[in-house]
This record gives sequence, structure tokens and C-alpha cells, in this order.
Amino acid sequence: MAKKTAAKSKSTAWSPKAEYLLTKEQAKEVYYYMRLNRSVEERAAALYRQGKIVGGCYSSTGNEAVSVATAYALEKRDFFVPLLRNFGGHLVRGQTPFHIFSQYLGRTTSPTRAKDCNVHLGNIKLKIPGIISHLSAYMPLACGIALACKKRGLDSVVINYIGNGGANVGEFHEALNLAGVWRLPFVLIIENNQYAYSTPNTAQYACQDLIDRAPGYGIEGAKIDGTDAFTVYGTTKWAIERARAGHGPYIIQTETMRMRGHAEHDGFEYVPKSMIEAWKKKDPLNKMVQTLKTEKIMTEKEIQATDQKIQDLIERDVEKALAAPLPDPEEVTQGVFADQTTENFFFN
Amino acid sequence: MAVKTYLEAITDGLRECLKADPDVFLMGEDIGVFGGAFKVTKGLFEEFGPERVMDTPISEAGFVGAGIGAALCGLRPVVEMQFSDFISCCFNQIVNVAATIHYRWGGKVPLTIRCPSGGGVRGGPFHSQSPEGWFMHTPGLYVVCPATPYDAKGLLVSSIRNNNPVLFFEHKWLYRRLKEDIPDGLYEVPLGVADIAREGTDVSVIAYGSCVAHALDAAEGLEKDGISIEVVDLRTLVPLDKEAILNTVKKTSRAVVAYEDHIVAGPGSEVCSILANEGFEYLDAPVERVAGLQTPIPYAPVLEDTYLPSPQKIAEAVRRVAAF
Repeated sequence: MAKKTAAKSKSTAWSPKAEYLLTKEQAKEVYYYMRLNRSVEERAAALYRQGKIVGGCYSSTGNEAVSVATAYALEKRDFFVPLLRNFGGHLVRGQTPFHIFSQYLGRTTSPTRAKDCNVHLGNIKLKIPGIISHLSAYMPLACGIALACKKRGLDSVVINYIGNGGANVGEFHEALNLAGVWRLPFVLIIENNQYAYSTPNTAQYACQDLIDRAPGYGIEGAKIDGTDAFTVYGTTKWAIERARAGHGPYIIQTETMRMRGHAEHDGFEYVPKSMIEAWKKKDPLNKMVQTLKTEKIMTEKEIQATDQKIQDLIERDVEKALAAPLPDPEEVTQGVFADQTTENFFFN
Repeated sequence: MAVKTYLEAITDGLRECLKADPDVFLMGEDIGVFGGAFKVTKGLFEEFGPERVMDTPISEAGFVGAGIGAALCGLRPVVEMQFSDFISCCFNQIVNVAATIHYRWGGKVPLTIRCPSGGGVRGGPFHSQSPEGWFMHTPGLYVVCPATPYDAKGLLVSSIRNNNPVLFFEHKWLYRRLKEDIPDGLYEVPLGVADIAREGTDVSVIAYGSCVAHALDAAEGLEKDGISIEVVDLRTLVPLDKEAILNTVKKTSRAVVAYEDHIVAGPGSEVCSILANEGFEYLDAPVERVAGLQTPIPYAPVLEDTYLPSPQKIAEAVRRVAAF
């Protein structure tokens, strides 16, 4: 097989057809989803504290710009393979607060019929794979979808996510190696939020930045500010279109902070308070609101109206979810095996 | 029709499936240019090209996971483990990803994983394993263990066509030892239906894989001593043909269960449990197991031969059960 020197010159020679900036209309939409992301999770946390959500409750507070803007950069024909702090992306791709609350509240109206929990919100109709809890386990799967796209001659791209902790699990390395060797249309977002549960990055890996690993897989990449939705969108859109044009995989490391615990039960006392205070100043939602106002994209009144619309939607969907049916005990043994119809394949 | 070895029958099955369905493609280490460690895929790279017969890096978790992703899209990847022993490298992908997807969110995973398995080739602890027990135990997987060339091809076709993840354990000791006249073209052997490899009246030997051949080898000698064994070839562990298991002991009242996987909690243990619970009234003697010992698989020929089930061990168990 010919060695990979061609790849490097191809990628530096590639130039995008347009600058990847959010239009004003798009910026409004991105704000909407970011606010929706945060508000849904705040509501879920409240339900958890009331004991209505059992098991686990996760948040992506501080990650909204990454979660939303990366997914927003996808076309409909692209594929979204999330990790655990990507409800913003789920919402962009068509999941609703009702789906999320149905899932958390264990109702049959969840796309998983409550067979799986919290952030494992797979949705076969939207072609969103429902993750498992093992980190990096879905990276090979995401590469497989990209491989299938390539085999079928589709110009679809697959986006996938991993964290600063998950990037150290075995499947991370195997998947990236495959993406590089097979030159897959695969864009990986390494969401560096500085902590993996209670473990800071200094105890997690020895390289300076996780993006330093990219050349090791024959892949190019970049590190960006994950608190700025415009930067996140532009870089991701660039990487996706580059992959679509056949220039291979790309890795983007986004810098944010995990502003809450690993999950709602975690008081995260191990994070220095000064660190939280410093990152609060870079809150992606506050930044977005600032930009909307200074660039005259939305007025204060319009922003408040949007926020209120979101609150109303959430309250309606919570009520709907609380009223939705619980699964029948008989459902336990249903669905272990698939039927022989050709429904529900991703390429239908 | 043509006479084919067990191995050639599998090659045939792969070729016919590649020809018939453009969504079928193969992945594995050294399967393309080299034709595979056992030459099962010999000639397929030349016939179908590198897109349909892919040589992978050494990354079992990576390429099995990739197979899962491609299967979700509707392609039909057939992944080869170079030896079944390496399946533990992708254990997480199989038991937690592939096996649970449909149950959790309705995705379909028409993935087939072919595993050259079993001992008797002096391969030592990591080239001789029969890991089917781990996967029979895991909900959401089909487990297929052909014992004949005819079944190897027909079960492979059924496995590839099935919309669920299938683990296909082809026994490497049988590869070149068994020959049979088999049909050309495509044919299926249904999953979940056992076969009566030999009819008999006195003791049922319920087996799969290499143990079917061992039981058939023991049959003649036992016949001469007036013991007629019925050999039931399970063919598939999941779905398991429970009816066949109960029907044979209804007939004979005595059973020996033979399997090469380690004895403790191995696949045959489930057969024994079924017999003890649902076949109790038919039994006139305790049920015996002949299985791989509860040890890692040793290398030295004398040690490996002590470890493995054999016609002699099956015959001894049959005699004890017959005499009870």
C-alpha cells in the first residue's frame, strides 16, 4: 500500500469554498439550542433532587458551545455519534426535551422505551446511536459508519466525541488508527473539560495536549477555545467539509471546564474554587448573549422572549413526560433480537 | 455438487455470499493478499478486490467495532478473528455494544464474526480456545458451531443473512479432516435446529463442533459392545434447540453431554440444566459431561490430549451411563 506522504500535501492544499461563519439567523438558532441545552439540564437536576429521576443525572454545563455548535455544523446526511455531555447536539439533531425527560423518568415515550438510562439516548428514527457507559467504546462504531459511507460512495461525514479521560482508553487508539489508515470521513471532537470525574489531566496523560497525539495516527488536528460558539462552529464546519471532500479525518480539541460534578451526586470538592470562578467568566452562554447584543443580532427583549419560550416548552414537556406511561413488566424480555425486515438501517 | 473439506465449504459460503450481496464484505488480519492464516479466504481478494476483502491492522476492538458501525448502516460485514482466542481483545465491543444495541434503541447489527476455534493442533493456551460459553451466556448474540462441511457452509449463509450479531465458531481441527459432497451455490441451514447425526436407542450423546466427530468415532466400538448411541449435533448454541434435547432423552433415557469449552459453566452445563429440569421424568441415569478440563489449555501434546475431550472419554462416559 502506498505510504501516506500524499495526504499531508493534499490537506494543506485544500481550501474551503467559503468562510465558515454563522449567519445572524444561524447565530440565533445556535443560541436557542445552547439555552435549551442548559435549561433542560437545570430542570433535570431539579427533578433528580426531588427523587423523580433515579439512577444518575448528568450535565454538560460549560460545554454548551461545543455540544451545540459542532452538531450544528453537520448536514442532515451526516452522522452524529455522541458521548455523554452532548444533549445540546441531540437537541440540534432533532431530539426534544420530551424525549430527554421521558428517558430520565423511565417512560415508554423515551426513544429507548426506558430500556436504557439518562444520556444513552439512542434514537433509531434520528439515526443517533445510543452510547454505552464504557468511554471510547463508540469510537470504532463511529469509524464503521464512516467506512460504510465511503463504501457506498456517500459524501456523508461522521462526527464523534470523546473526553480528556476517555481519550486514554484502548478503543480511542484503535479507532483513530483505523480512521487514519483507512482515511475515513471522521471528525473527532476531544472535549477537554479539565477533569475526568475527580481526576485532573495531570494524572490522566503525559503529553502536553491530547491533540499532540494526532500526528501519531497520521491525522491532523487543532486545539480551540470551546467556550466560543463561533470558533467552534467555524472550525468544525471546516473539518467536516474537508472530510467530505475526501481529505480524511480531523481532530479538534476544545477547551472548556466541567462546571458541575461528574454527575449530580458529585459535589466536586476536588476542583479548586478559583478554577471554577475563573471559568465562570468564560461561560459560553454569557459569551453568546454578549455577542448577540454587541453584534446587534438580538435585543435584550428578544433574548428574554426566547428564554421564556424555552422555559414554557420545558414545563410542557416535563408535564407530558410525567404523565406518560411506565413500561409494562412484560417488556423486559422484548427486543433482545432484531427481526429480518430491512427497516431501521441507517442507510434506508 | 462437489466434494469439499470443512474449510473449503466455508470459503465457498463466503464466495457465494460476496457474489450474491454487494453489502457483504470481509475484514480481518491477513485475509486479503495472504488468503488468511488458515487460507479460508484464499482467492477471494483476487476475485472481489480490496474493498470487499479488507486487510486490517491488528486492532480487534477497532475493526469489530467498525463492523458494528457498518452493520448499523445495513452493510453485512463478516469479520475474521485470526484465532478465536483473540476474541477477548474485542470482548467489550461484542458483549456491551453489539449484543445490546437492539434491546436498548432498536438498531440492527447484521455482523458475523468468524472464529477459528478449538484445540488439537498443539497451539498452546492462546491458539486453541473454545470461547463459545462466554457468548452463549451473553443475551443478544447468536452462537453457531458447525460440525460438518455441509453445515459449515449452510450455517454461514444463514449467519450472514441474519440481522443479529452472530459468532461463528469454525473448528480448526475439523478444517481439513472432514470432507463431504456439498451443493454448489447458495443454500441455508436454519439457525436453532439441531441435527441427528446418528440415530440410536440406548444413550444420547448431545454435542456440537468437534465433539460430534468424536462421538461418531466412538459409536462403532460402542455398537460392537451392544450400546447404541444417538448423536445429537446441536449446530447452534443460540438459538438452542431445546426440543431436540428433550426428544432424544425421551427416546433413550440416558445422556452424555460433550463439549470442548471448559467444563465449568460451559455450554453443555445449560443442556444438563434443561435435562434436570424439563427432562427429569425421562432420565434413568445421571447425566455426564465430557468437556475441556477446567485448566488453561496446555501445550505439550500429552498434556493437551489429556485436556481435550476424545472418542475414548465419550465412550467411557457412555458405558458408565449405560450401566447405571
